[in-house]
Amino acid sequence: MSDQLLYAMEAGLNGLMAGVMYSLVALGFVLIFKASGIFNYAQGVLALFAALTLVGFQQGQIPFAHLLNTIFGTDLDSFGWTLPAAVAILLTAAVMVLLAILIEKLVLQHLVNQAPIILFMATIGMAYFLEGLGDIMWGADIKTLDVGLPQGINETVESVTDRLFGYGFFIDNLDIVATVVAALLVVSLTLFSQYSKQGRALRAVADDHQAALSVGISLRFIWVLVWSIAGFVALVAGIMWGAKSGVQFSLSLIALKALPVLMLGGFTSIPGAIVGGLIIGMGEKLFEFYVGPLIGGATENWFAYVLALLFLVFRPQGLFGERIIERV
Amino acid sequence: MKKTLTALALAIATATPALAELVVPNMSYRTGPYAPGGIPYADGFNDYFTLLNERDGGIGGEKVVTPECETAYNTEKGVECYEATKGGGALVYNPLSTGITYQLIPKVSADKIPLYTPGYGRTSAANGKVFEWVFNYPANYWDGASVAIKYLLEENGGDLNGKKIALVYHNSAYGKEPIRTLTELSKKHGFTLVEVPVDHPGQEQKSQWLQIRRDKPDYVLMWGWGVMNAVAIQEAANIKFPMENFIGIWWSGSENDVLPAGDGANGYKSLAMHGTGMDYPVYDELKKFVYDAGKSSGVGDQVGSVLYSRGMYAALVISEAIRKAQELAGTPQITAAQLRDGFEALEITEARMAELGLPDFGQPFAASCADHGGPGAALLQQWDATAKKWSLITGFIAPDDEVLDPLIAEDSAAYAAENKITERCN
Repeated sequence: MSDQLLYAMEAGLNGLMAGVMYSLVALGFVLIFKASGIFNYAQGVLALFAALTLVGFQQGQIPFAHLLNTIFGTDLDSFGWTLPAAVAILLTAAVMVLLAILIEKLVLQHLVNQAPIILFMATIGMAYFLEGLGDIMWGADIKTLDVGLPQGINETVESVTDRLFGYGFFIDNLDIVATVVAALLVVSLTLFSQYSKQGRALRAVADDHQAALSVGISLRFIWVLVWSIAGFVALVAGIMWGAKSGVQFSLSLIALKALPVLMLGGFTSIPGAIVGGLIIGMGEKLFEFYVGPLIGGATENWFAYVLALLFLVFRPQGLFGERIIERV
Repeated sequence: MKKTLTALALAIATATPALAELVVPNMSYRTGPYAPGGIPYADGFNDYFTLLNERDGGIGGEKVVTPECETAYNTEKGVECYEATKGGGALVYNPLSTGITYQLIPKVSADKIPLYTPGYGRTSAANGKVFEWVFNYPANYWDGASVAIKYLLEENGGDLNGKKIALVYHNSAYGKEPIRTLTELSKKHGFTLVEVPVDHPGQEQKSQWLQIRRDKPDYVLMWGWGVMNAVAIQEAANIKFPMENFIGIWWSGSENDVLPAGDGANGYKSLAMHGTGMDYPVYDELKKFVYDAGKSSGVGDQVGSVLYSRGMYAALVISEAIRKAQELAGTPQITAAQLRDGFEALEITEARMAELGLPDFGQPFAASCADHGGPGAALLQQWDATAKKWSLITGFIAPDDEVLDPLIAEDSAAYAAENKITERCN
């Protein structure tokens, strides 16, 4: 095999892995859109908020310490203990559930039956509020996230590909973990929605709000449930992305990588989020590999959107999205 | 209604700085993706002026106020901040953004307010003959590029022939600044330059580092900012690129950039315009008059860090320019135009730095009508991941003016022609 082909294979494989990372973010959007028709602009900030909270718990940071110190003239900083990663993750998941309840009580409950654009605007407000809250609670400095995830080149893949092709491929251990976690998430979410009572209720609401309400399904409960699950997915995404770059406020921008995935995969399909992520990831990496050098590089950010738009031309609802036909 | 209006008028009157104060707006960014860099810089900047106010009663008996305006490292917001604050008696602007700087250069030139951009901004503004209102001493991007290459020359026995050097850069006005210089230097020294752009914000850089892994450059230089730095250093560690061959500009050399990568960042190098850490006498004064007095600008956890030191250094240079301007004008209440004269006549010697409590912290320099850029020397520092600290590994290295001077002359001449500016200082 020629060197160019081997390099392209490596770029493609890494693209698939990067696509999984995008899918982790896209999944949160899909869950909320599917259940409530809301495009949750705050999903990226949810990931940031979850990651900040996780590191805060792990390091025993006192929330709102700076604010308390300013008001009361105290010198608070840390509780003086650190928590194991698993405990901190559980506590953070509990915070995300609490956040879901608060979002339902304070925002969504008051916006029932409002037009989708109103709900979308509300999520924009929530995004900025949560970003500010995260800053006040945990501070704006960069935090190192260490939950024991492996990073760096996978030696096995490198040596196997070296023996097969005479060139060792680079695959990041963190990306392999992300792939396994994403697969587990999709399987768990599918099992939950197919076989649990709450999951079936969730699907019923997704299919038809009015019909679901008429058979006694509580819309408020479903909203809390779905925002909690989206919060948990955001936590997973926050962990994976935060492990790459540290937890910092740019983490909220990962939502930008999820948008083309949603456009391509459809806003209502969990498998769509995964397949969309894989196509976007591989497409942008291969384009960068083959075309990038000819036009100055840094093509990935815009090419992902071009690719999504190309798919939209032929399938406006996305690859796996539901076709909406409105008859007058 | 009348009462309300009176109260409103009073509130506005009290919110506006008193005429006798020296107004130095702090265009900071404490929110958004670049906040981790903006916060320590803004804190160092504010704390130094607070020290002067608390210890000396200001400069020449005039208190300094530093009203903050949040730019979020966004060019449009930066311009809004400028427009909103320039009427309040602003003496000088230091926007900490190359993008904002480019937008402000024509504005400050029209409004006659100095723009101070140490280590960033438009490199050719070092030519005072064309850029009357802009100052970027003690060093600029092209100086940085040249110093990095000179350091590599020293490392390679003076010969970079046949070597391959990759430039990983933020795909913005800032990141593209060194390309011109490095291209010229590659012709002079015979190395191959490989350009590797990274789009904002730089959270995902797999393609770039796969390219570096394939191309196997001997060295990688980085012009990054924000999350891009941390991700690049992590990715370099992932592909096992030798960290001692990876050198960042001074904006890619703070604790924020290396800490997230943990041990993987060990050995990473960066340029530095100044010293860092708290082993300087000025910190005793800051502790006494600012930190312990509860007058710190921030939480206090960034004190002594690289970017805190840089903000403090910028404030120090501005305060010395104010002092010089007061001396030239014969009055402590100076105007922006008089401060410009102060910037142009400024000389900071080693003795003066020691007097200010920062011995061997920055290079001595003397500005002039034509020279707004200073000597441009820089240090090299290296990260020790175990001790979690930077160590200086060289003294100040001077840039290659033989290459830089013609480039600066050419670029500033083009700007002068475009904007119909007649050269001064003749």
